[in-house]
Amino acid sequence: MADVEQVFRAEYGRVVAGLVRRFGDIDIAEEALADALVIALERWPADGVPPNPAAWLTKVANNKAIDRLRREKVRDEKYAEAAMITDDTPAEPTGPVTDDRLRLIFTCCHPALAPENRIALTLRLLGGLTVAEIAHAFLVPETTMAQRITRAKAKIKQARIPYRVPLAHDLPSRMSAVLAVLYLIFNEGYLSTTEESVREDLCSEAIRLTRQLREASTPLGPQPEVVGLLALMLLLDARRPARVRDGVLVTLPDQDRSAWNSAQIDEGHSLVRQCLELNRPGPYQIQAAINAVHTDGPDAAATDWSQVVALYDQLSALAPSPIVALNRAIAVAELDGPQVALAIVDDLDLGSYHAFHATRADLLRRLGRYDEARAAYELAIGLTQNAAERAWLAGRRDSAGP
Amino acid sequence: MPQYMLSVLNDPTVDFDAMPETEIKQIHADVDAFNDAARQAGKWVFAGGLAPIESTTTVDNSGEAPVFTDGPYSESKEYLGGFWILSFEDLDEALEWAARGSKACRGRVEVRPFDSAGD
Repeated sequence: MADVEQVFRAEYGRVVAGLVRRFGDIDIAEEALADALVIALERWPADGVPPNPAAWLTKVANNKAIDRLRREKVRDEKYAEAAMITDDTPAEPTGPVTDDRLRLIFTCCHPALAPENRIALTLRLLGGLTVAEIAHAFLVPETTMAQRITRAKAKIKQARIPYRVPLAHDLPSRMSAVLAVLYLIFNEGYLSTTEESVREDLCSEAIRLTRQLREASTPLGPQPEVVGLLALMLLLDARRPARVRDGVLVTLPDQDRSAWNSAQIDEGHSLVRQCLELNRPGPYQIQAAINAVHTDGPDAAATDWSQVVALYDQLSALAPSPIVALNRAIAVAELDGPQVALAIVDDLDLGSYHAFHATRADLLRRLGRYDEARAAYELAIGLTQNAAERAWLAGRRDSAGP
Repeated sequence: MPQYMLSVLNDPTVDFDAMPETEIKQIHADVDAFNDAARQAGKWVFAGGLAPIESTTTVDNSGEAPVFTDGPYSESKEYLGGFWILSFEDLDEALEWAARGSKACRGRVEVRPFDSAGD
């Protein structure tokens, strides 16, 4: 049984995307696929999982959708005219066949939808998560999440958000909207804003969806930022086993590197090399490269800080932000000392960001300004809900002294 | 083809009266150019600019006798200044034209589809 559900979730995005294209309606596609799951749950445990489960599910769901439409006496023309746009253009015989999942992710991450709705729709339709699972992941009541998804689907239909890969001139901005959604999902897992310190389910799901996107976007030619985002997620996620010990956050220099997931680190490094070869740098690729430097070498002392600062300089040039400047300052502290770094940090307008105060606290502590350091730790603690982070900050605060 | 209403909202922070005449003329020219482009591209249905908000009368005949009130129902500082009704393939096309319309009239544009449920 667990097997069936695993296969079902793995194939959900692909199958539902194909059905949306065929029937031009997300609800029809989802209902038909739910019907197909019922049959799979009856048959697969006895007959075994079919060799091509996606094809099997598509076929059964297709029949179910047609049955349902007939039963509801909905005429062909009627459902063909269902308010959503379908792209019936046959694939160019010589051109690349576009993966339906690619169209669907652009629909789910459309800029006309609110960011939280993009996340919910992406997890539901491409990730195959149930509404209950998504509600649980974002700690909202199931009815709230169900409403959010229903409303987003209604907007897609009423406003006719198209179901297709954006035109070339829109593609870069639309692709970055998709990547932003995937990274938000990852970050909610990795830097949970809730009491739960790390939520592995969301991290793994974000990685799986990014892999899916990389595979589906192949016909568009190399997409270095997609590769960069995947590398970034893998390199961050690889350190997850070492990031929290006894409920307390462990920062990079103190992590037990033997606990890192070495397969993910290797894959991340190899993807970063691919990005370098493509030579079209972007913010995710540079962040991945920074994390490649951090995961290079036997211990934190081996970190090439001048390389890290150089990468942050490149990142600031491409995508300047106070948060990038803050992270750059942390690297500067290793190269030029805490005094230089503190001068940079004090110029930043990030008073409501807990990491700003945590960074200041650490620099002040290194400068022997313990009273100010303790006050800054206090401010940082007040600004984060994450339990492991709070525990770490409290420990630092209590041990700050001559 | 589905129709969308592109509403132009007046911006209470912009004082058109204080604007130099050359700039007003330029806005009119840009809006005319946008309208011509929409007609040529076959998107045009209807459009109109509305008289100042002070000219509004609110009528309520949901009770026993009609009640006429001077002024708009909503006291919002933002109100409809004009609108386009245009037809587009899908929302992407509507948003692209709305962006051009917004640039031409120097203001925010709300894009809303007509209800197609009864089609």
